[in-house]
Amino acid sequence: MSTQNNIRSAQRGTTEAPWVRYTLTGIALVFMFLFLVLPLAAVFTEALRKGWDAYAEALREPDAWSAIRLTFLTALVAVPLNLVFGVAAAWCIAKYEFKGKSFLTTLIDLPFSVSPVVAGLIYVLVFGAQGWFGPWLAEHDIKIVFAVPGIILATIFVTFPFIARELIPLMQAQGNDEEQAAQVLGATGWQTFWYVTLPNIQWGLIYGVILCNARAMGEFGAVSVVSGHIRGQTNTMPLHVEILYNEYQSVAAFAVASLLALLALVTLAIKSMAEWRMERELKALAELPPERPTPALGATAGSAH
Amino acid sequence: MSIQIRNVNKHFGSFQALRDVNLDIASGELLALLGPSGCGKTTLLRIIAGLETPDTGSIHFSGEDTTDLHVRERNVGFVFQHYALFRHMSVFENVAFGLRVKPRGERPSEAQIKQKVTDLLKLVQLDWLADRYPSQLSGGQRQRIALARALAVEPQVLLLDEPFGALDAKVRKELRRWLRRLHDELHVTSIFVTHDQEEALEVADRVVLMNKGVVEQCGSPQDVWDHPASPFVYGFLGDVNLFHGRAHEGLLHLDGVAIHTPEHAGAQNAQAFAYVRPHDLDVQRYTPGASGIVAKLSRAIVVGPIARLELLPVENNHPAGHDPLIEAQIPALQFRELGFKEGETLVVSPRKARVFLQPQAS
Repeated sequence: MSTQNNIRSAQRGTTEAPWVRYTLTGIALVFMFLFLVLPLAAVFTEALRKGWDAYAEALREPDAWSAIRLTFLTALVAVPLNLVFGVAAAWCIAKYEFKGKSFLTTLIDLPFSVSPVVAGLIYVLVFGAQGWFGPWLAEHDIKIVFAVPGIILATIFVTFPFIARELIPLMQAQGNDEEQAAQVLGATGWQTFWYVTLPNIQWGLIYGVILCNARAMGEFGAVSVVSGHIRGQTNTMPLHVEILYNEYQSVAAFAVASLLALLALVTLAIKSMAEWRMERELKALAELPPERPTPALGATAGSAH
Repeated sequence: MSIQIRNVNKHFGSFQALRDVNLDIASGELLALLGPSGCGKTTLLRIIAGLETPDTGSIHFSGEDTTDLHVRERNVGFVFQHYALFRHMSVFENVAFGLRVKPRGERPSEAQIKQKVTDLLKLVQLDWLADRYPSQLSGGQRQRIALARALAVEPQVLLLDEPFGALDAKVRKELRRWLRRLHDELHVTSIFVTHDQEEALEVADRVVLMNKGVVEQCGSPQDVWDHPASPFVYGFLGDVNLFHGRAHEGLLHLDGVAIHTPEHAGAQNAQAFAYVRPHDLDVQRYTPGASGIVAKLSRAIVVGPIARLELLPVENNHPAGHDPLIEAQIPALQFRELGFKEGETLVVSPRKARVFLQPQAS
């Protein structure tokens, strides 16, 4: 009884009064409802305002369908490339010491700090008709800007920090020991990576890929600059949504937008799962059984001689 | 397999980790590399393994130069300080790893792998843990799994980096004995690194003492304990008292006492210092005219069979900054018979001392 009272009085000393707690929680909930839940719900209600048939019709429309396909194509190229780059960059930054390492780390962050519009303009400047390589590209009949390659390039640029950023702290925390142990045991570099490094970073990697994919599909600014907005050819889903909306085709616009919102929800679900798995693994590492000699060791040690 | 280390130097930036190290390790020997942290012992071990490359010098396995051989091809077993078990693999898979990554031609069959891993787990007395994951094991168990994993590839040399460093005192002691027995069974050339002199002296056939990247002394545990080659070795292997004095024609003159030092018979009034182990000090009650260092008993710690006495010399002319405290150890029984009290004035005289001459400032 008395200990319970003690605990209660100790709690009274360290926590806020109930009305403060409820007010703060209330503000947070109202805010989340207004700015997150309501818009999300609005997207789906608007999309389905004229029923399922109109919704399906809007997605089956050739230009919309081409935008969906282009978006998936872009992600399909950009994400694997960034996966390879991200793992390679994280590997060398986390596991090796070399000159210019901090410079490379800063460089990886560059796309985060640059406005997407600037990122798009860079490619127009380099590959556009008036750009550095413009005349040469025109001569050889290669189209980059205002074509699919430009969209993919801009997307790669914008999304390239995601995977590397996710892996660097994880790999730094894990250190080199396991890789070295594998090497001493005779594993080749490839075997070490495949059997030791990759399983250790798999959840971080999945998390990074998911984030990278979400951004690759949702990118608007940089892609908008390099795409040229050619319907049915160089429109991705976010660009298509904008065009439809400007033309007052709100059901069609929200139908395509709902796909993006759905993507966000799936991303969120996978992300939570990956995070949960990672946390569980870290917790398992933290909850080590205490050091104690096992009775079995003592017994067998005694009888061995 | 024997190992020869020739003129090995290693720098990390401007820090010289190893300085012209030469060492011969006999086949089947259990050798301890002993020294304080930062003395280069782990670097030397990693160079032998091939995890680091020496700046200059060479490593030979049975006379064959392996300096440029990749760690993969050296066929060594290495037990890391923090075990470095593969955390996503079960204990069984950890031990099997070295067999599974062998080139297809040399790889044993699944049945052979199973047999071998089971045998190794039995050897380290942990076959009942085969399906567990490293995170579910205690420190001592992980240590033994790391050892089993290293032994799976039948290494020519077994290298252990601070093998008991992360374990508590009781587990340590058991594992120590166990490692010694295991070595007697397997007879694989083994080198382990430690900063614990007791561990090195108890387990190893031969001890190599290192300090600041240099090998100070190597010899059997008895040998290095009885005949320390340098002040560093004397100070590192157990507690010591340091006395400053003058050596003159075979006698070292301290405050109120002279010690015979036949090995410095030629010394003429040279600065010298004597190392005396606490149990090599005689302690008597002060009587006028008694020979010895007069000191006041400031504290007596009597726990168990030994009485540890902390004494403050009455005449303190030690160099500034030097701790003048003298520590003596006498049997607790004798302490009670003599009935010393804290605050009493006593006389301390060394029974046995090791005298080193101060290197002449040139």
